[in-house]
Amino acid sequence: MTGAGLLVQVLNGLQYGLLLFLISSGLTLIFGVLGVINLAHGSLFMVGAYVTFLVAKAGAGLWLSLPLALVGGTALGVVLERVLFRRFYHREHLDQVLLTFALILLFEEGRSFIAGNDFHSVPVPASLDWSVPVAAGFSYSAYRLAVLAACLVVAALMFWTIERTRAGSAIRAAAEKPEMVDLLGMDARRIHMLVFGAGTALAMLGGALAAPLYSVYPGMGDGFLIISFVVVVVGGLGSVAGAFWAALLVGLVDTLSKVLLPVGAGAAVYVLMAVVLLWRPTGLFGGARA
Amino acid sequence: MSIIARPMSRRGLAGLGLSTLALPAIAQSGGAPLKVGLMLPFSGTFAALGENIAAAFEMHLAERGGKLGGRPITVIRLDDQSDPAAAPQNVNRLLSRDKADVLVGTVHSGVVMALVQASREKGVPLIIPNAGNVAASRELCADSVFRTSFTNWQPAYGMGLAVAKTGVKKAAWVTWDYAAGKESAEGFRDGLKAGGADLVQVLSLPFPETNFQPLLAQLPGLGVQAVGAFFAGGGAVQFVRDYAAAGLRDKMPLCGSGFLTEGTLAAQGAAAEGVQTALHYGDGLDTPKNTIFRTAFKDRTTREADVYAVQGYDAAQLLAVGLDATKGDVEADKALFAAMRGARIDSPRGAFTLSAGRSPVQNIYLREARGGQNRVIGIAAPALADPGTGCKLA
Repeated sequence: MTGAGLLVQVLNGLQYGLLLFLISSGLTLIFGVLGVINLAHGSLFMVGAYVTFLVAKAGAGLWLSLPLALVGGTALGVVLERVLFRRFYHREHLDQVLLTFALILLFEEGRSFIAGNDFHSVPVPASLDWSVPVAAGFSYSAYRLAVLAACLVVAALMFWTIERTRAGSAIRAAAEKPEMVDLLGMDARRIHMLVFGAGTALAMLGGALAAPLYSVYPGMGDGFLIISFVVVVVGGLGSVAGAFWAALLVGLVDTLSKVLLPVGAGAAVYVLMAVVLLWRPTGLFGGARA
Repeated sequence: MSIIARPMSRRGLAGLGLSTLALPAIAQSGGAPLKVGLMLPFSGTFAALGENIAAAFEMHLAERGGKLGGRPITVIRLDDQSDPAAAPQNVNRLLSRDKADVLVGTVHSGVVMALVQASREKGVPLIIPNAGNVAASRELCADSVFRTSFTNWQPAYGMGLAVAKTGVKKAAWVTWDYAAGKESAEGFRDGLKAGGADLVQVLSLPFPETNFQPLLAQLPGLGVQAVGAFFAGGGAVQFVRDYAAAGLRDKMPLCGSGFLTEGTLAAQGAAAEGVQTALHYGDGLDTPKNTIFRTAFKDRTTREADVYAVQGYDAAQLLAVGLDATKGDVEADKALFAAMRGARIDSPRGAFTLSAGRSPVQNIYLREARGGQNRVIGIAAPALADPGTGCKLA
């Protein structure tokens, strides 16, 4: 492969990885802080994608669907947390899996009811419907570059929030030493709501951004959910920084393996996960906690 | 999941003149109605395809006064939902509960295998009005299994041949990693070879993934002068748009099996303009038969006819040839099958005969996407038959 070809594939890998980060950061936070395995996280991604599809169908663009995904996602997350998830924190993982699996079925049925079972493509916003030549004979769509940039901005905002703000330090404390949060007299319930709302909003934002790139179709969240779990495990459960680097790693390995080793491409990220777990059983950024 | 089996719509019945079918009428017209089971997708992704096939099938029955070979025909529609898992059960319903004498179906190539199996085991006549698996015309061919559609190999072969004739020496094929994708890749390879060119690479991704980017980025490095593709529906829309956005069209023109631009041109927009595809039907086929057919179909359904409607119409025409020969007797299967095997169908696509594998020997047209239409610009491969490898019938 030529240098230019490699550059393009690295760009593809980064773009895919950053999108995975939007999904897996919420997944890892929800697991780290709330201790819940949320199988419905992929469905939330799907809901976000269908928001873009339905908004586009109604004649409006991303300027409407992105804020809608963020605000709607936060609201949906808060409602889900208050009504359902709150009752499941102290129950077994099996109960949580049943709850979230039921949510998958509900979201899919709702999707079927509202948008039907067809495969739909979603137009790229007109203002970004052009291409940038990046290598000999290959151009990169401006929208893909915009998604890459948007994901980087969101990632930067997340790190700033988590590292530099009061709410962020409370979240970190809740993820690493939950008992300390109680000892310090902070309102754990508000932290839970905040984390679940933010996680849901991130997944829906990811879906809303992804719709023009991947089209929308029934069960589209499943594939993303599984690969996001790989990201969470590789990065270390509960670690946002881990999710970031793991997402980039998984995105690059997946893309480059499709190019260099097409036969085993589907398995490459799972081999990566196995290797990482053998080397560091708690993931790249996982602490020693149980 | 409910399986919906419903008799024909009231409009369909009226159209056939079956509403006048009182008992004495049956006695006069030689026997109880013959039951034709239409197993097609009437819901889900392929619903529009199933509706057009069924509507055109019923349209031909109506043209013949609701009778074939002097025998009145009752159509039983069954929605297969394009669900391969439910297919054997659905076939069984048609045969055991509804007592269908003839089977017509279907669109999905996974679902059709259950129909082929039932037809091979029980000798029930089967006409396939779409699904393109090569197996049904090759190693699984049978006296009783007919098709009025295509094999996945055929359009891709025509495209390969047409591309090679433009002076291209090396080409690549991009597709989903499933049976139809592989079969079409083989057709493209054989067509290129027949024209003196080579297929240097097949790039594929799992069905129905749409992350085409890693595949597209490999194309400039392959040293090919043309790229062919087999995708359909939403995947085809996404692929054609991504291909254009990657700026590949100037150096490596995109072509493909006709399904790449079939029913998707509105969504593909400018990205599809000028894309050449090959199929056994196209827009602007200016024959009297086609014009009459399109007008009649539009009058009846208010929709434009498409390749699926043509295939459904021809399924009824083929059945008519068989039943005319046996005066409506479906039990005289030797005579029925022989007549159908030897049929020459005056199709809106142009006349065709059947190969030893009971699959159309037909023109594959070269089409170019212009202004939302797949305009026929020539014949990519005249009177093309599937090679029928492994079929021992004559």
